[in-house]
Amino acid sequence: MRKLVRKPYVFIKDIIELIKKKEYAQLKVRVKRAFIGMQFTDGLLYKLLVYTLLVSLAYIYLYPVLYMVTNSFMTMSDIINVAVRWIPSSLNWENYRLVWTGINYPRALLDALILAVVPAFSATVSSAIIGYGFARYRMPFKRLLMVLMIMSFIIPPQITMLPTFRMYANYDLLGSLRAFVYPAILGQGLNGAIYILVFYSFFKMIPKSLEESAQLDGAGPITVFTKIALPLAVPAIIIVFLFSFVWYYNETYLAGLFLRGSEMTTLPLRIEQYISNFTSIYPEGSPARELFQAVRLAGYILALLPLLIIYFFTQKYFVESIDRTGITGE
Amino acid sequence: MKKWWSRLSAFIEKRIAEPLGKYLYKLTHNRVFDVKSNRLVLFNKFNIPMTNRRRESLIGMGFIFIWIVGYLIFTLYPVFYSLYLSFFKVTLDGASLELIFEGINNYRASFLSDPYFVEILIEYVLETLINVPVAIVFALVIAILINQNIKGKGVWRTIFFLPVIITSGPVIQELVNQGATTLPSIADYTFIEMILDNISNLLANPLQALFDQILLVLWFAGIQILILLAGLQKIDRSIYEASMIDGAGPWTSFWKITLPSIMPLISISIIYTVVSMSVFNTNRVIIYIRDIMLAPPTPALTTGYGYTATLAWIYFVVMSLIIIFFIALINIRKGFRS
Repeated sequence: MRKLVRKPYVFIKDIIELIKKKEYAQLKVRVKRAFIGMQFTDGLLYKLLVYTLLVSLAYIYLYPVLYMVTNSFMTMSDIINVAVRWIPSSLNWENYRLVWTGINYPRALLDALILAVVPAFSATVSSAIIGYGFARYRMPFKRLLMVLMIMSFIIPPQITMLPTFRMYANYDLLGSLRAFVYPAILGQGLNGAIYILVFYSFFKMIPKSLEESAQLDGAGPITVFTKIALPLAVPAIIIVFLFSFVWYYNETYLAGLFLRGSEMTTLPLRIEQYISNFTSIYPEGSPARELFQAVRLAGYILALLPLLIIYFFTQKYFVESIDRTGITGE
Repeated sequence: MKKWWSRLSAFIEKRIAEPLGKYLYKLTHNRVFDVKSNRLVLFNKFNIPMTNRRRESLIGMGFIFIWIVGYLIFTLYPVFYSLYLSFFKVTLDGASLELIFEGINNYRASFLSDPYFVEILIEYVLETLINVPVAIVFALVIAILINQNIKGKGVWRTIFFLPVIITSGPVIQELVNQGATTLPSIADYTFIEMILDNISNLLANPLQALFDQILLVLWFAGIQILILLAGLQKIDRSIYEASMIDGAGPWTSFWKITLPSIMPLISISIIYTVVSMSVFNTNRVIIYIRDIMLAPPTPALTTGYGYTATLAWIYFVVMSLIIIFFIALINIRKGFRS
């Protein structure tokens, strides 16, 4: 098998030689080895199966992305033209320009980034502290508290949404960043339980003797936490920050509720708003409306672009999150 | 630069740390609450010796204190308040709420007189029951594939982790609207149509929906791939080798080694899938609940806060039942064995 993959020509030469010598029994063994291998998993057939599956599954994931990208470049005539399905007739940046100026993209992006970074940062800090507390210290009712924490993940936001909305209205938090920061600081942000669990399992993995030796040298609990535990937890910090950033950036349900009518909104929401404003100008069935498919897609690509760029650079950490932190929350 | 730094640190030490320290000292050494070397004195009377265990739990409480406060404010209070509201007819009177006790009338109304809710809920249940296993199976297949010894691991991982990034509600909704979540070729298979024609409507509709949004279902598998992959990588290689020597093929070792060892992770990803599908913005029940909250009340139906809370609670209970159902289904074999 190894021969076949690394040096196919050697394998073929061998086979031809065997045929010339008319040693069919050996030929049969060789070919069988190549295709099926010693076990099924090291044969050529298996490889073929794996790659076929991989390619077809990758197609499923790439299809919508490709669809969005190609369609966002289409002009009005392209959309109407049935012959143009995948490749637009020209690289048409007009759709992007429309959205860019329509929502004042740099400004909107800045807003959206602030709206994602600040809560994500607060959530990371708080969940590190809380996760450390849960992982390191024995205390009464710890099990109960952790069960309660996991419960808070399962509770749909629709249940808490109403009273929270009232509460925010009372304390004048609606329409401001604080509506997202305060829960995040107290460890109750978007998917807060997951971050705490990540830190929990990560701190559990750090050997306790490290901290005990620091304690012998006279370090108090806060010093141990900041000087020893936190520096070791850098991968977990990065991962939690990335995930919460992505989730806050993409958040629309709560943002649509709490930030209704304020200047500050997330990018996807702003684009939605812009599109609906624009479509209301044109009557149903007019060709400009058709164009809007493309403009809308261009808008969403602009909304996703920062995430894709960040993903491109930090991809390593997403992958590492598997190996190095217990994102699984065991 | 160095000079600046030393000046700054001196300033912090003198002006901030020292007064703060004095203040904190007073906080821990006063008549009500006094800390002596290894005991705690409350009101100059109750003398509590500080055992190691007590000290530890106190420090731990200090760490998780913010979480407890947050939990009370942002989770426990809203949960119970909305449960309370769900038994009332709530009208907004200026800024304050006006509550009229309704008993279980809200619950009765949601099942008996709401024209859409039950229908949407049943649809949601059936769809979830079908979609969750599909998503889990695909996530498992992808995780196993990535875990193989394949070329270009990084590229494949990048592709398969894309859903983790693109989980934005409007974007997905847009893709659904544009038909980008339907595989163009899948609708052409006649055998799928044949299958759909030959089963009852109740089952056919969710199945149809599954085929219509198979891509969407797969897009819910992002984090689950991560979780399952983590589990797969933790399995000891030597177990496989040992089983191979004993004559187990790949098929057998998948069922006897791989699957049992990632079973707990499968339950975690099931919970995750159900939750993320249920609270996702494109979910019809969720949209309906929000619309109800914002809609003006109709005479047939007292909408508003109270009724919305009722719907949310019913939804939560149904969701929990689905999770329990799946977990029970997975653990059924364990029960037989023991």
